[in-house]
Amino acid sequence: MYRYDEFDATFVHERVEQFRDQVARRLSGELTEEEFKPLRLMNGLYLQLHAYMLRVAIPYGTLSGTQMRRLAHIARTYDKGFGHFTTRQNIQYNWPTLEDAPRILEELAEVEMHAIQTSGNCIRNTTADPYAGAIKDEVEDPRIASEVIRQWSSLHPEFSFLPRKFKIAVTGTTHDRAAVKVHDIGLVIKRNAAGEVGFEVLVGGGQGRTPMIAKTIRDFLPKQYLLSYLEAILRVYNMLGRRDNKYKARIKILVHETGIEELSRLVEAEWESLSRETTVDLPRAEYERIAAYFEPPDLAPAEASSAAFEAAQQEDRDFRHWVRTNVKEHKVDGYAVVDISLKPIGGVPGDATADQMDLVADLAERYSQDELRVTHGQNLVLAHVAKDDLHALFKELAGAGLATANSRLVSDIIACPGLDYCALANARSIPIAQDISRRFDSLDRQFDIGPLEIKISGCINACGHHHVGHIGILGVDRKGTEYYQLTLGGRADENAAIGKILGPAFDADGVVDAVETIVDTYLEERRGPDETFLDAVERLGFQPFKDRLYPQKQAAA
Amino acid sequence: MALIKNGRLTADRWHLYEDDAPLQPDIPAIVSLARFKAERDALLRAHADLGVRLEPGETPDAIADDLDRLSVIALNFPSFTDGRAYSYARLLRERHGYKGEVRAVGNVLRDQYLFMARAGFDAFEVKEGESAEAFLAATKAVTNAYQRATDTRRPIWELRGAQPAIAAAAE
Repeated sequence: MYRYDEFDATFVHERVEQFRDQVARRLSGELTEEEFKPLRLMNGLYLQLHAYMLRVAIPYGTLSGTQMRRLAHIARTYDKGFGHFTTRQNIQYNWPTLEDAPRILEELAEVEMHAIQTSGNCIRNTTADPYAGAIKDEVEDPRIASEVIRQWSSLHPEFSFLPRKFKIAVTGTTHDRAAVKVHDIGLVIKRNAAGEVGFEVLVGGGQGRTPMIAKTIRDFLPKQYLLSYLEAILRVYNMLGRRDNKYKARIKILVHETGIEELSRLVEAEWESLSRETTVDLPRAEYERIAAYFEPPDLAPAEASSAAFEAAQQEDRDFRHWVRTNVKEHKVDGYAVVDISLKPIGGVPGDATADQMDLVADLAERYSQDELRVTHGQNLVLAHVAKDDLHALFKELAGAGLATANSRLVSDIIACPGLDYCALANARSIPIAQDISRRFDSLDRQFDIGPLEIKISGCINACGHHHVGHIGILGVDRKGTEYYQLTLGGRADENAAIGKILGPAFDADGVVDAVETIVDTYLEERRGPDETFLDAVERLGFQPFKDRLYPQKQAAA
Repeated sequence: MALIKNGRLTADRWHLYEDDAPLQPDIPAIVSLARFKAERDALLRAHADLGVRLEPGETPDAIADDLDRLSVIALNFPSFTDGRAYSYARLLRERHGYKGEVRAVGNVLRDQYLFMARAGFDAFEVKEGESAEAFLAATKAVTNAYQRATDTRRPIWELRGAQPAIAAAAE
């Protein structure tokens, strides 16, 4: 993984000192809260319902054991002993004090981390496939481009006051685990007919109150022009993006109102001009310097099948189940990619205690090349585990409540913090996720249901990605009571689609029953266990689900 | 309002005219784009020192043909959150080759000086009481930059590239 050189280290340390000065000016009263707000937001510090919230960047979701241990230390020292992993592969602390914030950032800088641009109307943390560098059919590790973008976008003098926040995601395979089609810019690394590596560039995806799927603005951009092309897109957006209404300010609205053809023409013209005027792109040597940090780890040769691994699965039923859901094929024989679920039954999605973080740091060092990933699904990944080690790893995870076998099953729910923490929320998300998870606690039942992604947002801003949930749940407030609207058919992969509203909303008790009714309807109506939930919804349409959910309507009609 | 130009507190000899205010020919004048368009020829005849103020949404293209006759382009920040003028400043410098003063006016805050200076601004209308020391400290808070912009900083990737050569020379 990437390591700071003296330039990176100095940059982050200076940013900490700059913020320390800003906090001191706030605490002394020199700055009003109004004046301080944009400054703290540029360093990921929000003022939430009950306290400050600090969002720490985990660039493209990759971190070392040492870094994870530091996150644990911060949780223990400055928070209430836990942290919350987010859909942007970051971590949030919900209870730090303003006075402690500079010290926390200093502790982060010591392990090559920061909170730069984790909020504000700027280019946010670039996200990437959490299985990067570990799976077959990858054209190039997407973290190389992500790190290139991280550096270029850090304190960018032209793009720090954009119309709205700006999110970029990168995938290196055709099977998309980074949700690139619901980002402001999505990059898909591919080869052209000549075998050269480059990017398909998509623009204008997003969620929020106007969800949209990104459109291709350039089918193939040679790799060496990545930054100049991004600069052209960002400049066009910065000048033309709407600023009259924050809900119409994302680039998706510009794409929608301008049309992708016209926008493409503007971007290409801008790109041509700026390429004559300045040098934005990295020289090849610098790209390769960064790429060298993402060389595949030197994994000791191993047999494709391990007798010990097979035997352990025979003997240990829980292990067998966990392998079935949470262990994925690695590109190297004898190795596996492991999903660590942060979705225990009845737990808070994405939360981890300091002790759990410490343990995972140890396990990464011992079993997975000292490297961890955070997924946009709010779980963790150990990307390079020898199959022979899987059983030992499983037992250690299980001892800490981290071996829930539910990756991509119905209890692997994405949920935003909701009204329990968030100042924007209209309704609670976490308790709904917990209730659904408890309702489906039987693993046999979860296996029977198969892949089913439930995503819950506590307001229309859609931080819980409900638009792209197979079942999406949106919390709304009606005269002081929380209601939940259901959508069906959303997905965030390479066939990304926005879910559609099913019918009238349910209250907090009713929504869990409603989800169960949807699931039961699927189980009854599907052609067999091979027909997934999404396939069944596509074939059946919404009617069978509506008939079961709203029988009184049928009676009235 | 105080003016910081090239890093120093400077007396501002320019006067910003409202659109309906009569111009005094002997005072350097900054006028709105609308007024400049309406009275262009008369203004250029009467004022050796003339500047134009652009609002967000008014791009430098609108005055591209007259830039060599304008001494100041003032870019207004009605709110610090409206960042269009950062692009305009870069376009003035890099696309149009403008060598005159690019002045930040409006909601110009200390924590934006560094971004503004990097984007090509060389003059800043700042809060009364702001010091040149504070300005310099703010623009030097972060020594190096990752990306090339309009200022003279060499991007970090270029400094990195230069490193082996320096190391070799030292040996």
